[in-house]
Amino acid sequence: MKPLVLSRCAAANALGLGCESTLAALRESRPGLRPNDFETARLDTWIGRVDGLEAGPVSGRLAEFDCRNNRLAELGLRQDGFADAVAAAKRRYGSHRIAVLVGTSTSGIHETELAYRRRDPATGALPPGYRYRHSQNVYSVAEFVRRYLQLDGPAAAISTACSSSAKVFASAHRMIEAGFADAAVVGGVDSLCLTTLYGFGSLELLSREPCRPCDAARDGISIGEAAGFALLERPDAGGGAVLLLGYGESSDGYHMSAPRPDGAGVRQAMGDALARAGLAPENIDYINLHGTATPANDRAEDAAIHAMFGGAVACSSTKGWTGHALGAAGITEAIISALCLEHGWLPGSLNTREIDPAFKSRVVLAGEERRLRHVLSNSFGFGGNNCSLVLGTAAR
Amino acid sequence: MTQAYLHSVGAIGPGVPDWSAARAVLRGERACEPAPAPQPDAAVLPANERRRAAASVRWALAVALEAMTAAGRRPGEVATVFTTSGGDGETLHRTCETLAGVEREISPTRFHNSVHNAAAGYWTIAAGSRQPSVSLCGYDASFAVGLVEAASQVQAEGVPVLLVAYDIPYPQPLQAVRPFTHPFAVALLLAPEPAPGTLARLRIEIAPQEAEPTPFPGALPGELAGTPAARSLALLAAVARGEKATVRLGYLDGCQLVVDSAAWS
Repeated sequence: MKPLVLSRCAAANALGLGCESTLAALRESRPGLRPNDFETARLDTWIGRVDGLEAGPVSGRLAEFDCRNNRLAELGLRQDGFADAVAAAKRRYGSHRIAVLVGTSTSGIHETELAYRRRDPATGALPPGYRYRHSQNVYSVAEFVRRYLQLDGPAAAISTACSSSAKVFASAHRMIEAGFADAAVVGGVDSLCLTTLYGFGSLELLSREPCRPCDAARDGISIGEAAGFALLERPDAGGGAVLLLGYGESSDGYHMSAPRPDGAGVRQAMGDALARAGLAPENIDYINLHGTATPANDRAEDAAIHAMFGGAVACSSTKGWTGHALGAAGITEAIISALCLEHGWLPGSLNTREIDPAFKSRVVLAGEERRLRHVLSNSFGFGGNNCSLVLGTAAR
Repeated sequence: MTQAYLHSVGAIGPGVPDWSAARAVLRGERACEPAPAPQPDAAVLPANERRRAAASVRWALAVALEAMTAAGRRPGEVATVFTTSGGDGETLHRTCETLAGVEREISPTRFHNSVHNAAAGYWTIAAGSRQPSVSLCGYDASFAVGLVEAASQVQAEGVPVLLVAYDIPYPQPLQAVRPFTHPFAVALLLAPEPAPGTLARLRIEIAPQEAEPTPFPGALPGELAGTPAARSLALLAAVARGEKATVRLGYLDGCQLVVDSAAWS
């Protein structure tokens, strides 16, 4: 496929605010997880919380969008000179020619969770001031981003659980190819809420300690929250060190909340991403795993990777650093992959002490300086929804 | 200009149990009799999943299956785009009710049913499909948002795509803040090339918001106009009449979707 350049990225996650802080935390070994202290969630688990969201409401012309998820979106949009880069792109293309595609799994559902505590005792009605459209609705975060950046082109919220913000890259590429847009703002925003904390708790998929991807004793995920954005343009139009070279998408067609054990759907997504990039498995220097640290996910992903790549490619999961940002995991890990390509860093799989002896792929435990040319990033979601991205350095 | 051929349609709503009924109503060949909302049984699902699937999922799967059957294709053989404004309201309501209580025990099934891509998950399981699937939301413009994604896939990937749009009313107290009352679901099988039986050629463009959207077809109950997925009916009316028509669909702030529909066979 014709590559697109990531001409600007912005990140806000448990490792820090901005791309530089995110990379520095990985390099200087400053993990982002803490014991759960979110709202009233009494669950013995660890979380990747972004500081300051409780204190900083969305204000000004977009005040009606105020909710934890849109606060996080705004915090992300304020990083890395992102809004300025979009403003410059707007001058080149026109505001109606830049698409906005934002992934989220739960959008502003926490606002509804809070509203349900304040229902009218007589009628059951939700409290006055609850704004469904601007918080709970899945499109809310995409509408917020589109209005914050004052764009007038096509837009969508993509919500395929934990693959949401990897799939935004695929949709953006198609939209540009089909002529609906000349450039795209892609991103993902997911914030902590009771639904996902208690929901993953009900599935017994929450770790009681910081999650340990690929570890023999791994026992579940640590939920995180994050916002991430990338401005995608044709390489001749925008400058940037990293290209989107390929994407691959598939379904497991197997189970709503468990991955297909043989990893066949994952293999298909990775294979399609390589095919679109025109690359062979041996061209990939590093795989950023979905690596959630649930027993089933990591086992199926290992099977798929070994079947396609053998045991040579360096793999790691960065979920031990950031937590699992669910609908924002895809963009967060795409940005981490881009930073690693640009700055020659290969992150280790944090908290992994003893690699599952059944695993056959090469899981890297300690970070190292390493020049990378091509990185593959995996994201899988409930409903058996898989997406793989291939990124590469622009100077190849 | 992005182009796609419309191979087949599935539709379900109060008084219009399938596309042939909807088509007859939209052509003015029969009236839309007031009828309670149908209760699709999602027979395409294996027994376990049928028991677990929420109402919105049944609606989505009913039209998906109808469109694939009408085109003479196996259910799982094409990529899918699912789009809905609100997913499953009953699941959302029960989840928030539980989380507002003292014992916050959500059932695992309710949790996996709460994802916006639940219908897509059930569909790919029912069909044993490994095809790519995306699930979207555009609030009131969810149908148009889905149509843009589906048309992008048809044009850029050169593959057939099944677009499924569905919206089921929320229970109270959520219905008060998201007030639409009539369920509706529609599926369009779109492809890069025509085939025997192709209904229309669609050419789709995003344009500045300079003209009024095409009115909701008068042959259907006016209350249905509030249902996001039923915004498709302005386009389906042109398809049903087999006319060449330019349909303007409400899209996002500052722009609209202009669809040129031309009868094909």
